[in-house]
Amino acid sequence: MNVSDFKSNDEIAWCPGCGDFGILGALKKTLAASDKRPQDILLVSGIGQAAKLPHYIKCNCFNGLHGRAIPPAVAAKIANRNLTVIVTTGDGDCYGEGGNHLMHNIRRNVDITVIVCNNQIYGLTKGQASPTTDLGYVTKVQVNGVILEPMHPLEMAIALGCGFVARGYSSDMEHLSWLISEGIKHKGFSLIDVLQPCVTFNKKNTHEWYAKRIYKVNEDASYNPGDKMAAYQKTEEWGERIPIGIIYKSEKESYEDRSGLNKIIPLVEEEIENIDISDILREFI
Amino acid sequence: MADELTIKIAGEAGQGMQSIGAALSRFFRKNGFHIFANQDYMSRVRGGNNFFQLRIANKPVYTLRQKADITVALDKNSVTLHQNSIAEEGIIILDKAKFNISGENKLFFNAPFYELANNTGGSDIFINTVCSGVIVGLTGLAFDHLQEIIKDIFADKQDDVIQKNIEAAKAGYDFAKNNFKEEKFRLNSGAAQEDLLMNGNEAIALGAIRAGCKFYSAYPMTPSTTIMDTMAHYGKRFNIVVEQAEDEIAAINMIIGASFAGARSMAATSGGGFALMVEGLSLAGMTETPIVVVDAQRPAPATGFPTRTEQADLDFLIHAGHGEFARVIYAPGTIEEAFYLTIKAFNIAEKYQIPVLIMTDQHLADSYRGIEPFDLNKVKAQRYIISKEDSKKVTSYKRYQLTESGVSPRAVPSWIQDVIYVDSDEHNEEGHITEDADMRIKMVGKRFYKKITALSQEIEKPSAYNMANADTVLLGFGSTYGVMKEICAEPGNEKFGFIHFSQVWPFPVSEVNQLLKDKKNLFTVENNAGGQLAKLLMRETGIKVEHSILRYDGRPFDLDYLAGRIRELKNK
Repeated sequence: MNVSDFKSNDEIAWCPGCGDFGILGALKKTLAASDKRPQDILLVSGIGQAAKLPHYIKCNCFNGLHGRAIPPAVAAKIANRNLTVIVTTGDGDCYGEGGNHLMHNIRRNVDITVIVCNNQIYGLTKGQASPTTDLGYVTKVQVNGVILEPMHPLEMAIALGCGFVARGYSSDMEHLSWLISEGIKHKGFSLIDVLQPCVTFNKKNTHEWYAKRIYKVNEDASYNPGDKMAAYQKTEEWGERIPIGIIYKSEKESYEDRSGLNKIIPLVEEEIENIDISDILREFI
Repeated sequence: MADELTIKIAGEAGQGMQSIGAALSRFFRKNGFHIFANQDYMSRVRGGNNFFQLRIANKPVYTLRQKADITVALDKNSVTLHQNSIAEEGIIILDKAKFNISGENKLFFNAPFYELANNTGGSDIFINTVCSGVIVGLTGLAFDHLQEIIKDIFADKQDDVIQKNIEAAKAGYDFAKNNFKEEKFRLNSGAAQEDLLMNGNEAIALGAIRAGCKFYSAYPMTPSTTIMDTMAHYGKRFNIVVEQAEDEIAAINMIIGASFAGARSMAATSGGGFALMVEGLSLAGMTETPIVVVDAQRPAPATGFPTRTEQADLDFLIHAGHGEFARVIYAPGTIEEAFYLTIKAFNIAEKYQIPVLIMTDQHLADSYRGIEPFDLNKVKAQRYIISKEDSKKVTSYKRYQLTESGVSPRAVPSWIQDVIYVDSDEHNEEGHITEDADMRIKMVGKRFYKKITALSQEIEKPSAYNMANADTVLLGFGSTYGVMKEICAEPGNEKFGFIHFSQVWPFPVSEVNQLLKDKKNLFTVENNAGGQLAKLLMRETGIKVEHSILRYDGRPFDLDYLAGRIRELKNK
């Protein structure tokens, strides 16, 4: 496949310079490098700027409700495991409104890849704090600065047993594209938090701010993403230096393995026109 | 000799009223009786006071009686609590020694079931079996069938367990035969054919399986939970995934996702859970994704009466969801209807790409009735998607293609040679977000007007009884079918008729206008406080009822209660 096979005709509605462009580019690059046809890929999103992303790629797209990207994605994968299912969501959509679904779907461990476009601010509603906005950041609502502790999604994901926990950066497309392909390859729930500037509403966490701080965990050859305690420590790093890359990785059985789904034909392939229930009716005599 | 009997088994939660009830239900059916059974239980796992009520008769029965002929009190508390609901000539079976009751009372039939249990089985656990024996003994029916049923119930237990239970039952049976000399509870074996015994929730689950439901997701909520239990029980056999969701919001969004992918999907809940699903309902409407959702109603607001019954979600279901979109709401009146309408719900949901709601209540959900075997050819699963074979030829696809009927051909992702875009935002034919005013008007027309017009041709007609002769007409929906049917058949009520709505939305306007032409003395029978059906009838047809007979104490209507309410009205 080529990048052009994934070209959508829909007009892009993001601000010029938005970090989402880098994420879109990285995802297209990943898909083009794979052997998957557009109709075998399903992109699912909720609401927010990041949630518009599926419209800008030629793949199947289910753009649902705010905060509710993960449940339909997981169920679509359960219904047809031949689909490659990727969620594109944001810090508000996934960590705020949809937090409960993130927690429990990490536990459920269906084989999907969740890309969280994390700009640490609410873009579409024009600049309120998100669950990952830094302490003290002043907005039109948080007029005295944010007083709620920022959420640590990667730390939480590791604690919940997520088998693939990564962080990318929207301006490093090459690296992000690699992360996404590793996430897709991972059998089970993969979480990729992607740092991205919001050029309109986040005046703190800018391109320059990130560029100074970001480094790749695999630059240190001794870093072992299989070491859970080391991974926890890595997620605590925020401020002067911010790590990106595969923070934690462990192989375990997916939902499809545990439930036995992998042993039967995909649910959507089942013939349903004349299901014989006469045997079970006898149990009600 | 009796034509019918109402038997009540009362005790604390955990004392096994249900297991006696289940054994007796099977026993009487084997002896050719029609039965209706229901449980009255509190929202707790142990203690309190629960009862299982069983009505058996030589004719088909659809509802309960207010008072019991035979009441078994498994604890002392039950003796006091149920003394006021004993039928004329009725008795309470109790263990006076165990309950430390010394006084005489003409209602009492003292049976030392604790002593008999210990003498035969060796422990208190056997009181259930002893009591089953006592009741069968009172009816004078032969012991053999009870013995067979005990063997069957304990089939997976060791031989000595089976033997002890048979001895316990026989001890109870002999005690009743030797000590209760009156013949008022004696029964002759009936002629009813051996049929199916199930409750409304089981019928819905079986309907869903037959309809090809492949994905079920729900959060447990009384009284809907046994639908999930039944789906899970048979899930593996039929390749159905049953997923317990983290909340009802997840449940409805999951079934929408599975349905989008091409698998028929369902969720069930009660009012509070349905409230959480409302945004998702609107999503199904907007994205034109077929789903089936069951609301097994219980009294509300908020947590309400978790284990009791009400029909107060009618207005809520009709109006649930922000914005305007087409939906269908069924309100099955019987266990048979629950089965057939569930299959129809899946077909209609898929044909029109809409959410279809099935509204039941605790009374229908939990009540058991002996029913005729289902006609599996009456309603069959019909598919309305582009087949896998035809999909191979589809190279260019618009999910929301504008059509005459408002319904666009629906494709399964990965089957066709193009991609599918679906959006909760207003969208164009391709499924991309749009802000275009003309497109908005076209899409509203498609989702709302055109589908509603088409759905008016698919209405499940209301059941009508004795309408040619009736000078008094009862109107109801959902679980009140049974009580309306029986009251119209009572001697003296030859001029009573009834109309039962098993589809409440879209409302069957023309059918109702036809049926109620020139009719006076209209009464709705509703398990709610607002008279919601009467108001719906007024809104949709302009027809005003005389009075609404409302019950909102959390208990179902029964034959005697409804008769009493009608008498009161007539005496006014």
